[in-house]
Amino acid sequence: MMDFLTTLFDMLGSASFWVATLRVATPLILGTLGVLICERAGVLNLGIEGIMVAGAFTGWLAVFNGADLWTGVLVAGLVGGAFGLLHAVLTVWLTVSQHVAGLGVTLLATSLSAFAYRVSFPQVSTPPTIEAFAPLESLADLPLIGPVLAGQTSLTLLAIALVPAIAYLLYRTPMGLALRMVGENPAAAEGQGVDVIAVRTGAVIAGSMLMGLAGAFLTLSAFNAFFFNMINGRGWICVALVVFASWRPGKALLGAVLFAAFDAAQLRLQQAGGVLPYQIYLMLPYLLSILALIVMARRAAYPQALMKPYRKGER
Amino acid sequence: MRLESRTEYSRRAMLFAPIVAILVTLAVCALLVAWAGAPVGQTYALLFDGAFGSRFAFAETLTRATPLILTGLAAAVAFRARLFNIGAEGQLYLGALAAVAVGGMHGGSTFDLPLPLLSALMIAAGAAAGALWLLGPAWMKLKLGVDEVVTTLLLNFVALLLVSMMLDGPMKDPLAMGWPQSVALDPELEFSRLIERSRVHSGLLMAVGLAILMWLIERFTTFGFALRAVGANNRAAAFAGLPVGRTVLLCALLSGALAGLAGVGEVAGRASYVTTDMSPGYGYAGIVIAMLAGLHPLGVLLAALFVAAVQVGADSMSRVVGVPNFIADVIVATALLTMLVATLLTRYRIRWGRA
Repeated sequence: MMDFLTTLFDMLGSASFWVATLRVATPLILGTLGVLICERAGVLNLGIEGIMVAGAFTGWLAVFNGADLWTGVLVAGLVGGAFGLLHAVLTVWLTVSQHVAGLGVTLLATSLSAFAYRVSFPQVSTPPTIEAFAPLESLADLPLIGPVLAGQTSLTLLAIALVPAIAYLLYRTPMGLALRMVGENPAAAEGQGVDVIAVRTGAVIAGSMLMGLAGAFLTLSAFNAFFFNMINGRGWICVALVVFASWRPGKALLGAVLFAAFDAAQLRLQQAGGVLPYQIYLMLPYLLSILALIVMARRAAYPQALMKPYRKGER
Repeated sequence: MRLESRTEYSRRAMLFAPIVAILVTLAVCALLVAWAGAPVGQTYALLFDGAFGSRFAFAETLTRATPLILTGLAAAVAFRARLFNIGAEGQLYLGALAAVAVGGMHGGSTFDLPLPLLSALMIAAGAAAGALWLLGPAWMKLKLGVDEVVTTLLLNFVALLLVSMMLDGPMKDPLAMGWPQSVALDPELEFSRLIERSRVHSGLLMAVGLAILMWLIERFTTFGFALRAVGANNRAAAFAGLPVGRTVLLCALLSGALAGLAGVGEVAGRASYVTTDMSPGYGYAGIVIAMLAGLHPLGVLLAALFVAAVQVGADSMSRVVGVPNFIADVIVATALLTMLVATLLTRYRIRWGRA
């Protein structure tokens, strides 16, 4: 037992553990914020899994074709936004089932990315690579957090900076108020002169752009190539994390980092030659997400109009 | 723009909706074919030919349709009660795993039971494994209010890892030289061939039979009525005294069992052992099939044939012209989205301009 505790404390005290944690957390932070914005406006966006694939692919493709890294990030965001617009047209304008439309967007974005990859690279045995974002080594001299930040790239800092920015937008601006209103009581929002359809559409597009960035982090920062299965359920985990976070940006950051810490820890245990089959460790993130859903289920304060289509003049 | 509810349903519009959806899909995907640099007409002709053009092609399409009918039925019955089971993929794998657990040649021989009994046990085990895998999410939805979409999706990944773990451990085939596959099924337990010199197996009969059975259940039994009532409006159903919870749980068992049977069929009819890549997304395709069929069990037969034809045809087409076979997945995904819109337009009409 003492042995285990010393190992645990050693791990929690090491900079490399927290470097890994933040790296795992970054796409989850971006994706969770994206889901949060959509759901706060009353729209479930299960397109996230596919939008992350599309963001990962297009961001990487842009850089591979000579664009600089930030242009790649922008491309991923715009592609994410385009799929967001598709989801908004389906669910907000045409009011089809948000569940099914989201899955449809995921299937479409995933298959389009795979198709486009194969058309662009008909015969490659090893995935082509790019020069990815470099770690911010100049930050190493900062006290305490320096060594952790020095292992990160600008995208991670962007993701963390977006948390207070989005919290400010949601809680301190008229735009944020309108967004939360259409997610709680669209009819009342309409009565106050808010254009429900426009606000929801904008929210889904903005949230989907973040999902695109979440995908791009994987190809432009965590790795330097695109693989077909690289998202591997991360999008669905973000959907679960939003429930865990009670739809609050600060808690979303906390949830993502906590989750990533568990993931980084299981990776270490696995590498240390665990007694259990490695598949058990790989199951943990998914089981943990389900557990988070169960724990929060009773307390969850769902946006009241989540998944409820709004049709003007209909009760 | 504004949506206005249609005052009357048109049966003809509902029948035409899938046809229009598929035509729009093919038109949209023609752009992608053109972008890939292939002649559109020839590509679609090759695709059709690859699916229906010869006895061999049609047999392959039927073989492919077999698991798709079952996952399609699994999604259709669950969606009917508004239980969004997106976990058919995982349930399929567990069904396959359970089939091999019962009927596999563990240590060179099977369990010492009469063959018909063992065969029945194998099928029942597959169905039960799929059903139980969905029972958890369904229970969590009812008792805790946990959204079943996310839990069933996450469990797909867990199921696949579980299969991978079993293939590394207790169900590893010692003769596979490290290749990750399970022990083989007892050849005596394999489903018989329906068509000679093809891979069409009697699992197809099982799938078609179950589609008819599901239609009878939905149409003529009280459970079927409760299922439709719960799906249409569960509060009204509860108010009318229908057992909402029991109906949803029973529906979950049925849906999971159907997906599990898809796995049994793949093992007993086609592969004879389990691998971690035995399903190219049959579970997810089942959702598309259910939607294309308007959740009608008999419609599932046609929709599954369509999706199977697209997949088999695309494989054969991509060997001739340089269009990646991923076009099949694009066609299927686009068909889902166009079908959603087409179905909506049978119920609502779009009014342009400000109200």
